Amino acid sequence: MLSSITLFIGITLMYSTPLAFAALGGVISERSGVTNLGIEGMMTIGAFTGATVGYFTGSAWGGFLAAGIAGGMIALLHAFASITCRADQTISGIAINLIGPGVALFLCRLLFDGATMSVPVTNKIPKLFGSAGITGALKNLNVDVTVVLALVFAVVLWGFLYKTKWGLHIRSVGEHPAAADTMGINVYKIRYLCVIASGILAGFGGASMTLAIIPQFTPTAISGQGFIALAAVIFGKWTPHGAYGACILFGAAQALTVILGGGSFQVPSEILAMLPYIITIIILILFVGRSAAPKASGQPYEKGAR
Amino acid sequence: MAGASSEYAVQMHGITKSFGSFYALQDMELNVKKGSIHSLLGENGAGKSTLMNILYGLYQADEGEILIDGKKVDIKNPNVAIEHGIGMVHQHFMLVDDFTVTQNIILGNETTSHAGFVDMKKARKQILEIVDKYGLEVEPDAKVSDISVGMQQRVEILKALYRGAQLLILDEPTAVLTPQEIEDLISIMNNLVKDGKAIIIITHKLKEIKASSDTCTIIRRGKYIDTIPVKDVTENELATLMVGHEVNLVVDKTPAKPGEVVFEIQNLVVKNDRKLDAVKGLDLKVRRGEIVGIAGIDGNGQKELIEAVNCLAPVVSGSILINGKHIENTSPRRVIDSGVSTIPEDRQKRGLVLDFTVNENAVLEQYRTAPFSEKGILNKKEMEAFTKKLIKEYDVRPEDCGPKRAGGLSGGNQQKVIIGREIAMNPDLLIAVQPTRGLDVGAIETVHKTLIRERDKGKAVLLISFELDEVMNVSDTIAVIYDGKIQDTFAQGTVDENTIGLLMAGGKNHG
Amino acid sequence: MDKTAKILKKPFTMTIIAILCGFLVAGIILSIAGYPPFHSLSVLIQGVFSGPKHISNVIIKSTPLILTGIGVAFAFKTGLFNIGAEGQFIMGCVASTTVGIVCDFPAVIQIPLVLAAGVIAGAVFGGLVGFLKARFGIHEVLTSIMFNWIALYFSNWICNLERFHKPDTIGTYPVNESSYTMILGKWKTTKEGKEALLSSDFLKDTILKTDVNAGFIAAIILAVLVSFLLYKTTKGFELRAVGANRYAAEFTGINVNRNILHSMVISGGICGLAAAFYITGNSPHGIATLAAFENTGFNALGVCLIAGSSPVGCIFAGLLFGGLLYGGQSLQYEVGAPSEIINIVIGVIVFFVALTHIIPPLVERFSKGGKKHAK
Repeated sequence: MLSSITLFIGITLMYSTPLAFAALGGVISERSGVTNLGIEGMMTIGAFTGATVGYFTGSAWGGFLAAGIAGGMIALLHAFASITCRADQTISGIAINLIGPGVALFLCRLLFDGATMSVPVTNKIPKLFGSAGITGALKNLNVDVTVVLALVFAVVLWGFLYKTKWGLHIRSVGEHPAAADTMGINVYKIRYLCVIASGILAGFGGASMTLAIIPQFTPTAISGQGFIALAAVIFGKWTPHGAYGACILFGAAQALTVILGGGSFQVPSEILAMLPYIITIIILILFVGRSAAPKASGQPYEKGAR
Repeated sequence: MAGASSEYAVQMHGITKSFGSFYALQDMELNVKKGSIHSLLGENGAGKSTLMNILYGLYQADEGEILIDGKKVDIKNPNVAIEHGIGMVHQHFMLVDDFTVTQNIILGNETTSHAGFVDMKKARKQILEIVDKYGLEVEPDAKVSDISVGMQQRVEILKALYRGAQLLILDEPTAVLTPQEIEDLISIMNNLVKDGKAIIIITHKLKEIKASSDTCTIIRRGKYIDTIPVKDVTENELATLMVGHEVNLVVDKTPAKPGEVVFEIQNLVVKNDRKLDAVKGLDLKVRRGEIVGIAGIDGNGQKELIEAVNCLAPVVSGSILINGKHIENTSPRRVIDSGVSTIPEDRQKRGLVLDFTVNENAVLEQYRTAPFSEKGILNKKEMEAFTKKLIKEYDVRPEDCGPKRAGGLSGGNQQKVIIGREIAMNPDLLIAVQPTRGLDVGAIETVHKTLIRERDKGKAVLLISFELDEVMNVSDTIAVIYDGKIQDTFAQGTVDENTIGLLMAGGKNHG
Repeated sequence: MDKTAKILKKPFTMTIIAILCGFLVAGIILSIAGYPPFHSLSVLIQGVFSGPKHISNVIIKSTPLILTGIGVAFAFKTGLFNIGAEGQFIMGCVASTTVGIVCDFPAVIQIPLVLAAGVIAGAVFGGLVGFLKARFGIHEVLTSIMFNWIALYFSNWICNLERFHKPDTIGTYPVNESSYTMILGKWKTTKEGKEALLSSDFLKDTILKTDVNAGFIAAIILAVLVSFLLYKTTKGFELRAVGANRYAAEFTGINVNRNILHSMVISGGICGLAAAFYITGNSPHGIATLAAFENTGFNALGVCLIAGSSPVGCIFAGLLFGGLLYGGQSLQYEVGAPSEIINIVIGVIVFFVALTHIIPPLVERFSKGGKKHAK
């Protein structure tokens, strides 16, 4: 019994971690007023870069960092389109989602002899309590360090957004960019930094998939997590703690399907697999408030236009 | 010149600014003395705001120079303006609704303890010091969305003073205030001026200039006209200077000949977006052949009232009757079909589909009926013919705008399209909400005349405006709204502005 | 000067610019990766145009993209972003496959029945998204994504049911032959038919060797019909008004929520129709277990965006897209460059489409600047 409870918690944390990184990124971007529909593509780039750099350097953390940089770089494209060019942020995000997997698979084939999967890394992200010595029910709780890292990021981001002056600036830019502008805050600069930060976090999210959960990049390593992270941002009412909680909830739904699938239930696995998505929709119906979004989210800011 | 303090707080010489091929400002002059209140008078679109945005660093002038305290400065952005002691209160407040008063005031200029953490205690103390000095009463910890418009304005002024402003620019500061609040504002301004600060007021309201300012600079179509001491001129003279020709400040009309009651609201209760009661048991009657004007400050239930009448918001209780028929909680279409036409407050949001052509916008309500469509198929020729007539009748410009995007028209012409469309519906009740907002003097006159003409045709007209003068001049019956209720109703000419102002602010009528 | 400026400001010109940019970026990437860009391009083009058979195949590949693209474009005109086209397409496949397997009527009844099954399934799935948006205000993008996954797993579940699963494969049985929508499908397999088609090289290539089907013709008819609905009817007037300014639409008596629902039902129905034609017109005439999305719906988003959400434009954008995907295969085969370069090309085109609205002001400034100097 204890063992299945810890297993449930362990799986929940494992599934929720890539989502949590990406969702925190979504929170930053949205809070500064830029909708980031391209998180999925940024995660894919991160997943590929993480696994590849991790494989070639043998350093998991090196791969993890590189994934963040790669995610940040592709986010720069989105920032340029949506901030400088005031392009439709949804279209730009869709373009990122087309480019991201395209680039990842293209490079993957180049680097791994035409294969769409990378060679598994030898060093994965370490476990919280090291690799040896723990047995029994507690073994299930020996999660990847990235799990803790995601939680730390959530706490730090919360403090940053609500307690520091930079957080105040970011939120003001997302709510009322013209007001921030008249107070001498550089709207464009803050939005650029926030979108890039969101790309970096999405990259981390991708890498936490391919360096910790599975040890390699595959075409389906990132399939939909970016979008689920977006749902978590909305469900979490655009707050770091809310988004993190929403990811945990989604992870729990996944864990439930794993545990139910392993049990003696007569439910087909495909039906079980739908469960997290159905639960998300039900949650959205029950809890979505219409007014919680940052007021300027998705709207390009043009200096002088009122 | 160096070192010596100038008698002028700010001087702007030869300022020219163009947007594309349009010259917003040409060789503009402005000299504001220290310790004075200086008005900048001009019509909508004359270039007042552009000039002030240049002074505040939001725009860059193409030509010309700016001197602050006698020294030439280059104001590249608002930060530089703030450094030079310039503060600006925009007409549409630049406040973050979701933040507290204190957060809004310190934004961009935060007092931090260590590592960027905001020191709220210290900030609050600094703010309270300024509050006490000039009598600017605010609640530091309230959310901006929860405080009154008057207090929001004080927050804006505090924002500037917190940054050490010596020159304060107020853009249309009284547009949203009651007469009493305006008095309070003027006394605050006098306190500031006594302290050696200078104030520029951007306005097109002549009465205010007379009440508050020492000097007035007039601007017309981007060009400098004159600078004069205010005490030497009358309101009519100011108006003539502003418009460029003689204007009639009084609306011409004959006495109303009211008929039977067309429209009646009984004990109406409506909630606002935040699920609080906004209209609280309102009663109102409008008769055939009269204009009923509702005077009141924005946010006293006007928006919710109109939404309820148009069935855009649910009625909690009470009834709305047109020709004796209940229309509450039906549908917008039923309301229109029952003979109610509305000129909405926000013409770009509610009034027009900007991406549609003018032709399409002209039939936005009638597209379903013959001759504009038959059996579900649109008849573009009829739409075009109808629009052509409307364009001619209401003098919409350019004349050939029919097949063009409505978004390309100027504000005044957009308003003409809407008014023409609504009147073409031949309604029993015509509702006009803020129908002259943002229009220039000529267009305002046309709108007022149109409303009176419809009245004389025997329509019931309901006018809702935040401009007290407009309500008092145009309406036959004046109803004052406060806190979701009609406080009192008067026939035109039986009441003075002060009584109305008091009622608008929630006072009782002792007259 | 003015003339150039005017041409540059046309949406069509800007789309062409975006497409050229897509190829340019791809060329740069290819040359950095060590592939000859010009040779690759010519291989790509040859792969498409080197024979009637290839053109036929491009059309076949493009048909579902065009149809689904029209579906997405329809919703777009009503201001809705139907990212759920993927799921609606999958559900359309599932419904037409199951109905096509279970029922076996003569073609006159069977074909409409199977097509209707696809349309209804897509419409219901799209309608759900519209309902959730209209009733609860949940953003259509979010619900669409969830429904896409639900559709994927639902499809896999159906696929593995004993009634439908074809043993020793990953897919279902094919639908009954009376459901097929290939042009001359039956006759092709008869002896006379074969002989007749073999007598002409062109016919042999275009019809005999490929699964040319009625879907493409349906797509053209549908594009015209949808344009007519949007621009010539009162319903289209309402739908577009809601899309362009829902507040003004609401104010003038148009029922916004009902139009959102209708738009999503129709959009989903078109995606379902695309799926039904795909199942009845292409081998293996059934569904297979999906490990991941096959991206018809997602690619259709790209088609719609490149087409500037014009239904007729979707035909051309769809052909471009289908041509690229088809030509990409020969690129990989002959040059060895990963075919994913095609996804990059498409992504970059969409990216530049997003940027195109900055061109008119730029042109304006440029032509103004020119005039100033001329003075």
